[in-house]
Amino acid sequence: MFNYDQYLRLDKFPLIWCSGCGDGIVLKSLLRAVHKLGLQKDQICMVSGIGCSSRLPGYVDFNTLHTTHGRALTFATGIKMARPELTVLVITGDGDATAIGGNHYIHAARRNIDLTVLLFNNHIYGMTGGQVSPTTAKGKKASTAPYGSFENTFNISGLAQAAGASFVARSGVYNPVQLENYIVKAIQKKGFSLVEIMSPCPTAYGRRNREGTPVDMIAWQKENSVPVAKAGQLTPEELEGKLITGILVDIERSECRAEYQKLIDRLAQS
Amino acid sequence: MSQEPAAKKKKGHVTVREAWCKGCAICVEFCPEQVLVMERGKATVAYPDRCTACNLCELRCPDFCITVSVKGE
Amino acid sequence: MSNASQQRVRVLTGNEACAEGALAAGMRFYAGYPITPSSEIAEVLAEQLPRYGGVFIQMEDEIASMGAIIGASLAGSKAMTATSGPGFSLMQENIGYAAMAEVPCVIVNVMRGGPSTGLPTLPSQGDIMQARWGTHGDHPIIALTPFSVAETFSLTVRAFNLAEQYRTPVILLLDEILGHVNEKVELPKDGEIALVNRTLPHDPPERYLPYRHTESGVPPMVSFGQGYRYHVTGLAHDESGFPTNRASEIEKLLDRLHRKIEQNRDHIVEVEAYEMEDAEIGLISFGSSARASRHAVRLAREAGKKAGLLRIKTLWPFPDQEIQAYGDRVKKWIVAEMNRGQLAHEVEWALCGRAPIHRVTVYNGDPISPLTILNRINQLD
Repeated sequence: MFNYDQYLRLDKFPLIWCSGCGDGIVLKSLLRAVHKLGLQKDQICMVSGIGCSSRLPGYVDFNTLHTTHGRALTFATGIKMARPELTVLVITGDGDATAIGGNHYIHAARRNIDLTVLLFNNHIYGMTGGQVSPTTAKGKKASTAPYGSFENTFNISGLAQAAGASFVARSGVYNPVQLENYIVKAIQKKGFSLVEIMSPCPTAYGRRNREGTPVDMIAWQKENSVPVAKAGQLTPEELEGKLITGILVDIERSECRAEYQKLIDRLAQS
Repeated sequence: MSQEPAAKKKKGHVTVREAWCKGCAICVEFCPEQVLVMERGKATVAYPDRCTACNLCELRCPDFCITVSVKGE
Repeated sequence: MSNASQQRVRVLTGNEACAEGALAAGMRFYAGYPITPSSEIAEVLAEQLPRYGGVFIQMEDEIASMGAIIGASLAGSKAMTATSGPGFSLMQENIGYAAMAEVPCVIVNVMRGGPSTGLPTLPSQGDIMQARWGTHGDHPIIALTPFSVAETFSLTVRAFNLAEQYRTPVILLLDEILGHVNEKVELPKDGEIALVNRTLPHDPPERYLPYRHTESGVPPMVSFGQGYRYHVTGLAHDESGFPTNRASEIEKLLDRLHRKIEQNRDHIVEVEAYEMEDAEIGLISFGSSARASRHAVRLAREAGKKAGLLRIKTLWPFPDQEIQAYGDRVKKWIVAEMNRGQLAHEVEWALCGRAPIHRVTVYNGDPISPLTILNRINQLD
């Protein structure tokens, strides 16, 4: 029996999130990953932006920083550059990281700075009542897309990969054990690590798009997930509407803070 | 086929922290043994003897309501 | 460290002096984005900071720069960014965050002509109200305005000291002239500079309240990773740092944010009186405009006029009491500034009609000439 309480600020409970929101499932997977890695609470700094998922740091007994909308990665970059010995975890959402914070997202990945980003993708702005986001699929409805979204979407993981992240994985709350394992690997990786997590929003997205109960939305992940190895054997048509899960990127690439340290050391010798 | 003791089914003990339960029913639907039911909007342990300690309800409970311990451990 | 930075008598620009002052103040984290006329600050620090074991990082924009210095400060570094008008506009949201979350940091704005892209290479003092009111909501701010290269060094040090002492962002307002003018300066030796560091808590972690309503108004501050695990948010929060919607807690927080600056305003506010002992015509100015004003005072004195200059070194909180102290003797005031009268408005407010206020405003990219001010003095007869 895993003891979550040791990592929680129990006086802040119950969680702010709606009934059936996946974010709590991610939080639990994260805490198991932290435990598995034997990280000390003092050595973890958790940084978030604005939105539903970004309220997560308030519940955990780490050094926690709830920043401005879209800017979590900039604060996290400051922390990591100033104190590289801290394990810096960034909690963000699809709107926070790829709309208002899109520039910071690609540059943090480009630098390959040693941050672990848990990006909760629920395809909507939940906190503000269900507005269209960069990952709301074409045709899906939102309060600001009452006739269905007419825009193309971001491939969030692909964006991080293209920008230079050294670890990218995608999973969903249907599979909390896989999620836990990916978070472990992401934290272990020296460099910018992204775990894109499909976390359904039954309230602001599911109801409006008739996707059923929270159970239905999670079951959808079960039925439509395609492991990345298998996805390579399928045609684009067969992959339409599917969720490709797995470790998408796991490479070695020079890390920003480590490179800066080399400069400091070199100048100290000269 | 001989019955090895190791193959004996594990028994679990499920508890629900009702105060935090928001009634999403995820635990109820994903329990392979139908241990849990919804009652007055809260998850309730209805058939405790069926629990095999697989932990799937606990892993997917978003609100930290459920604990599962293995009987005899 | 390079030989150049060990020499105490040097010829520096204001931007270089700002960078040197920051290093002397113990600044070890700089994040910034290139913008004229401030970029030399970043260029000096890109070279120097790694030699001090500090961090220089060029971010993707000014929003990111501001976020990075807040993060670094929470992690325990004295941190700074530098910019000019357009970048200063982008920084505003996170400056408000630093004020709300009480994160010490220094923001340098080397002012250029605006609005918008305006006059990248020409001077202005048009951002003084933005420095005060640029963010949303209601919070105090400290802004300092040096007028020489030497003073840019000393006020940069002071900016860090005030930021640390009062747990607040401090804005250092230079202008294009000051940023680029070369002057001989004698830099103090390291031991000669008084440095202030944030107050550490006496409480053990379990009793630590990061936003405690202390008598001074300033809560002790401990860095992330030191065993005090606490929460920082830009949401309205209680003493523990966690969000609250309770009216009484919100009011207490906002009142304390103001109180910690207002009740210490005598320590924070600095002006310099030049020939003010018997002055009947009082000039009020700051930054590079104060250089022209001082020259104009000398010319006026040579012509037998009793003119003086009250030079503002701390712009915010505003030195209203220091101006009011001359209210009975000074018959006429002239406010000289490179904008359309932002400072004059504030002086009018401070004097409540006790004396007429005349304006010298230049906002076309030209510096203010001493003769322009002298003409204004002569017109007063």
